[in-house]
Amino acid sequence: MATAQHTDNTIGAAPDEGVRRRDFINIAAVSFAGVGSVAVLYPLINQMNPSADVLALSSIEVDLSAIEPGQAIKTIFRKQPLFVRHLTPQEIQAANTVPISELRDPQTLAERTKEGKAQWLITMGVCTHLGCVPLGAAEGENRGEYGGYFCPCHGSHYDTAARIRKGPAPTNLEVPEYAFASDTVVQIG
Amino acid sequence: MSFPWAEEYRPSNGFMRWMDDRLPLPRLVFNAVGGGYPVPRNLNHFWNFGVLAGVALTIQIITGIILAMHYAPAATMAFDSVEHIMRNVNQGWLLRYAHSNGASFFFIVTYIHIFRGLYYGSYKAPREMVWLLGLVIFLLMMATAFMGYVLPWGQMSFWGAQVITGLFAAIPLVGEPIQQWLLGGFAPDNAALNRFFSLHYLLPFVIAGVIILHIWALHIPGSGNPTGVDVKTPQDTVPFHPYYTAKDGFGVGIFLIALALLMFFAPNLLGHPDNYIPANPLSTPTHITPEWYFWPFYAILRAFTVDFILPAKLWGVIAMFASILLLFFLPWLDKSPVRSGSYRPLFRMFFVILLFDVFILGWMGGLPAEEPFVMISQTATIYYFAHFLIILPLVSAIERPLPLPRSISESVLHGEKAEAAPLGVQPAPAE
Repeated sequence: MATAQHTDNTIGAAPDEGVRRRDFINIAAVSFAGVGSVAVLYPLINQMNPSADVLALSSIEVDLSAIEPGQAIKTIFRKQPLFVRHLTPQEIQAANTVPISELRDPQTLAERTKEGKAQWLITMGVCTHLGCVPLGAAEGENRGEYGGYFCPCHGSHYDTAARIRKGPAPTNLEVPEYAFASDTVVQIG
Repeated sequence: MSFPWAEEYRPSNGFMRWMDDRLPLPRLVFNAVGGGYPVPRNLNHFWNFGVLAGVALTIQIITGIILAMHYAPAATMAFDSVEHIMRNVNQGWLLRYAHSNGASFFFIVTYIHIFRGLYYGSYKAPREMVWLLGLVIFLLMMATAFMGYVLPWGQMSFWGAQVITGLFAAIPLVGEPIQQWLLGGFAPDNAALNRFFSLHYLLPFVIAGVIILHIWALHIPGSGNPTGVDVKTPQDTVPFHPYYTAKDGFGVGIFLIALALLMFFAPNLLGHPDNYIPANPLSTPTHITPEWYFWPFYAILRAFTVDFILPAKLWGVIAMFASILLLFFLPWLDKSPVRSGSYRPLFRMFFVILLFDVFILGWMGGLPAEEPFVMISQTATIYYFAHFLIILPLVSAIERPLPLPRSISESVLHGEKAEAAPLGVQPAPAE
């Protein structure tokens, strides 16, 4: 705007002068305001990210001693359900006999468990389709066609390694970051 | 406004003259919805629905502001505060049922309004901006309704929030951070509930603002009409007031009777019983469904079951958003210069099929994702896209429209029978 007014002015300098001081001031002022606006926008946007108290609860310990083979427990990790399942030898074998090439999201049971602890299958209880809680952790629930978990919302079937086998879910049930603190205690997150 | 014969606003007394010189608000109203806005004289009752949508928004804003006085937007209290409104607050049940059923009615009249536009070619030049702004309003309405449904913090509220924000997680790479950003956590919780409440309060006023632009854009060329023929002479129009204020008043009466019937005799008919169970993050309802007005889109979302380059889930999300974004291109997809479907026999047939198709999608969206419903949804989804991307451009290229009347007044003054008949096929001389 200022530039346009200035060039119309007959008293002003010739138009072919090249970059003038005024152009520099103009660009510098707009840049300064632009950077400032972005700096102001950052807290306005970032305030919506998970707050400190939500993040503080992002790590939990689970005691495994009471879970018998074949059983599973449901607990809460980051406000979402977490499945801790004690696989039976048959279930481990069933998971290991599946050819990897048949899987939608190819992973072996060994890759989804810790070394030497293949019987402990720890996954999020959140269907990777649209976030429902699959059935199969509690006793007597439908475990689907592959003996693992079954999501009732849109019919995703997971096998005994919680890998997607049938239905709309794109990936296996997520394995969170975890480590064994001792033989019976596992720290998740 | 737009026609030279529009009556000019004349202040009736000294105060109004003083006012008109300083803040000509009465003049604006007179020119927008008063005697100063000439409207085609042949509008049928399908032209009521814009006003009805405005009435519905007003009902939502008034009842919503009152409900917010009694509602507590905290995850531990929200469900109980809604029950408190239903049981303790004086006439609280009435206000909440008016608000929840009012939302359904807002969508009913808006859907009729949209299909009115589709049939009579209201999206065509010179009213493209009216159509585009209307779609913006529709998107805002859907966001507002979704967030409003989360507020009672029942099972459907919670799992609806989980599923809908989960849609964003389908975006490659940035999806999960976006979902966490939207929710303010890893799953719907207090943070999500609070921001949904804040935005649910804000968006209706944004809608009201876009409605003003929608009406402004409409009043530049003036309202369309069932023949689609342009207004040519003063004989073609009547002033909005008293003619259409009266006609719209009749429509508002019918609308309010229907709303009252639903509110008082079947207030939970369109709701879902699971939403009277408090939200439980550890237990998913066996059958998650959104509110009925989202069913057609939900059916499109779930119609994709096979990974093809991208995961099936992402395809579903893309298709669902595309089904609405597609409508933004409609003015340029339908190239026929004839606006009204009444003069386009081939178009009319496909319009009816589309209507039927959307009903099928809506029906499937409310049913569980099992066969044969998935297959039916897939077929109906394919047809929906084919209608706009293939059929409409083809129809406008090959169709031979019927002859149009020379003017609106000619089509009206010939009487009902001649009005409907094409010009070449004069049934009987006018009386």
